[in-house]
Amino acid sequence: MRLVTWLSLALITLAALSLLVGAADLRAAFAQDGRAALIFWGSRVPRTLAVMLSGAALAVSGVVMQQILRNKFVEPGTVGTGESAALGLLAVTIFAPDAAIWVKMLAASVAGLAGTAVFLRLIRAIPSRDVLMVPLVGLIWSGVLGAVVLHIGWQTDLIQLVTVWLMTGEFSGVIAGRYELLWIAGAATVLALLAADRFAILGLGHGLATGLGLRPAVVVRLGLVVVAVVTAMVMATVGMVPFVGLVVPNIVSRIMGDNLRKSLLVTALGGASLLLICDIIGRLVIHPYEVPVGTVLGIIGAVLFLWLLWRAPALG
Amino acid sequence: MIKVQALSHRIGRAEILADIDLALPEGKITALIGPNGAGKSTLLSLIARLMPVQAGQISVKGLDVAQTPTRDLAQVMAVLPQSPSVSSRLRVAELVGFGRWPYHQGRPSAEDHAQVAKALEVFALTALGPRFLDELSGGQRQRAHLAMAFAQATDWLLLDEPLAALDMAHARALMQQLSALRNGGRSTLMVLHDINFAAAWADHIVAMKAGRIVAEGPPAEVLTPAVLEALYDTPLRVEWFEGRPLVLYHL
Amino acid sequence: MVGLIVAVLTASALYLLPGLGPRWEYALALRATRLAGMVLVGAAIAVATVLFQTVSRNRILTPQIMGFDALFVLAQTALVASLGPVGLAGLPIAAKFAAEVGLLIGAALLLFGTLLGRGAQDVPRMILTGVILGVLFRSISTFLARLMDPNAFATVQSQAMASFSRVNASLLPYAAGLAGLAIALAFVLARRLDVLALGRVAAVSLGLRHDALIAAALALVAVLVAVATALVGPMAFLGLIVVALARWLAGTDRHARMLVVAGLIGPLVLIAGQTVFERALGRQSTLPAVVEFVGGLLFLGLLLKGRIR
Repeated sequence: MRLVTWLSLALITLAALSLLVGAADLRAAFAQDGRAALIFWGSRVPRTLAVMLSGAALAVSGVVMQQILRNKFVEPGTVGTGESAALGLLAVTIFAPDAAIWVKMLAASVAGLAGTAVFLRLIRAIPSRDVLMVPLVGLIWSGVLGAVVLHIGWQTDLIQLVTVWLMTGEFSGVIAGRYELLWIAGAATVLALLAADRFAILGLGHGLATGLGLRPAVVVRLGLVVVAVVTAMVMATVGMVPFVGLVVPNIVSRIMGDNLRKSLLVTALGGASLLLICDIIGRLVIHPYEVPVGTVLGIIGAVLFLWLLWRAPALG
Repeated sequence: MIKVQALSHRIGRAEILADIDLALPEGKITALIGPNGAGKSTLLSLIARLMPVQAGQISVKGLDVAQTPTRDLAQVMAVLPQSPSVSSRLRVAELVGFGRWPYHQGRPSAEDHAQVAKALEVFALTALGPRFLDELSGGQRQRAHLAMAFAQATDWLLLDEPLAALDMAHARALMQQLSALRNGGRSTLMVLHDINFAAAWADHIVAMKAGRIVAEGPPAEVLTPAVLEALYDTPLRVEWFEGRPLVLYHL
Repeated sequence: MVGLIVAVLTASALYLLPGLGPRWEYALALRATRLAGMVLVGAAIAVATVLFQTVSRNRILTPQIMGFDALFVLAQTALVASLGPVGLAGLPIAAKFAAEVGLLIGAALLLFGTLLGRGAQDVPRMILTGVILGVLFRSISTFLARLMDPNAFATVQSQAMASFSRVNASLLPYAAGLAGLAIALAFVLARRLDVLALGRVAAVSLGLRHDALIAAALALVAVLVAVATALVGPMAFLGLIVVALARWLAGTDRHARMLVVAGLIGPLVLIAGQTVFERALGRQSTLPAVVEFVGGLLFLGLLLKGRIR
């Protein structure tokens, strides 16, 4: 419990910091009537909310993915979910550019679901029982899908959209009215929190879970939907945000184990905090310009992941 | 009672089980024995609804396993698969706590907590409760899994080779615990590899070979040289020791 | 082998000659540059992959999967960042290229020398580390580029995609010289590499200077990857396809032969593929994407068939 309080305090502090940091100078803006309020409510608050929602949702969907595959080294971004959702978005942009926003969201979610399902099929076909084979196949599968996305972007003159928007997560474009989809990701996260026990039992293995009267296939399907929806919403709003779903759950699991009923909330808070830290760093380092949070995480997340990979004596 | 009627199972073209009929008594320890590939684990998995039934019928205490909601079955039988691989980092008490899931579905009551505490005590795990599973020895981990199955408080326990990871002392302690449960009215069905453990502890033995039941009955009837030599295709002797058969196959 | 040489020459002629049009001198020069680029890149990546697979004793790895090309891009960016765009422009192109390659060799020896030494028993962990290192290097490059010029992001990103239409003619002579030297050295080492493939214990007990040989091979790999990446950009799975084909055709693991066969198949695959795509299908810059796609699927297939050792 103390960890939760501690993390909540840290998150509140970070959120306050995030409200104060940005390209525009709030103090100067106060001199002009209404401008400060516009910046504050129109940009800073939405951005801070968007970062926290994405961070919490990504971290929790990382846990869900890890329970489904019973493997600690996977997250939606390394099993092709993100790239497939991008493919879905790209397809709608090309074939039905005027489609309503919910059509795009649906397409991204369904595509994310399909790509992840194909990956699950691939994994079942692996003869090797090595824990690290699963993330390895996932990374290559994401790579293949990513190559397709890049190539389509190239061929259709959407390369700017693909590289600047989809492939590198960035919160600088978030203003009021352009982030609200993330509340759907937030709702999916709450659903996962409510089903924490079921996902925990999934981690006990097919046999034990069935013995306890759970239907593993149903829980797996629920988990896949949560993961696909979260990934699609984050992808559509801010783009690819790597490593949050990987490093936060692993660190939380090290500290307090995998009794998800207790730990999942901590994971959500941790994900929100990590993403806020990275976003604030991105805003400060070349102020008043910005480094996208995807790039900052590419460095911090990769280092943390390598540390986890080489420090862990017992895997899984 | 567990009733199996006209049960057949295939994987691809291979016939794993052929037309099995069985009626397993309650309040007893029943051992499934037989050579590798006889279909023992498949039979246990089918009874435990870990695999869908292809042909035939299975019922546990009158509940058809193919029709009854899985949650209801979880209050009738507890299952421990062969070498369960828990990938999560869980504490012993948390694992045992999941044994109560079929009753509380996420909202444990005082009764549930009491049952978990009792299970920990019965399997001498109270002191290990706060420890993580991956910090335990193989024997302790196996005991934690058994405590979880015990906490499920079901009439039937289905165990697939529970002795595989245990040394002599732990193997004997487990069988003692199971026979104490039997004396308390619970029933156990287990796949056993070491035939002498079956000889020493089981009340009822089912011998299987090539997907069929070869013999069934109390140890004294099944564990005879004639039955066993045909079962395992190897010469052996059966002696009697303290009123129970003792199979000498290693000489 | 003669057949392969004939095939490469035929493919080259088919690429160079048909449909040159009225301004044939210009078109020919353009095509010749690309052709030279493809021959260089094909041979360099093929030889580098053969060497790397021997050093890592693994048949499904390529230097690019392990993040070598990302490391080269990082070396490039780091050089620009430390000298500044102006300071760098003052350097002659040869000196700049040499500095980048030197940086890459140093970093590669340090990083992959340790990695291959420590992780050789645990292959999946080693590969995973390499892949993640690639992500790390790319992110640092992007980060540095942002620090230098906040708007340069798109330029850096566009370099993440390989293309033969951006072969830099002024770089060709240096690239050819370096790659030629490295390939020649690989042939000098061929017999010793055969022994190296037997494993560390066997190699040492046969009197080979094992660690020095590994370092030499890695340095050659670094040079060859640098040349290929500088010319056309990253092509992670080309080496995998080429060497898999070469192993099948060569029917031996002896390096003297494998190096020749792979070194010829590399250019052949690229030239034939580019001719088909450019002439028959009328498309530019599709080939690298197709190679990546097919190569990625091949890699997955090899993983799934349990060929990983």
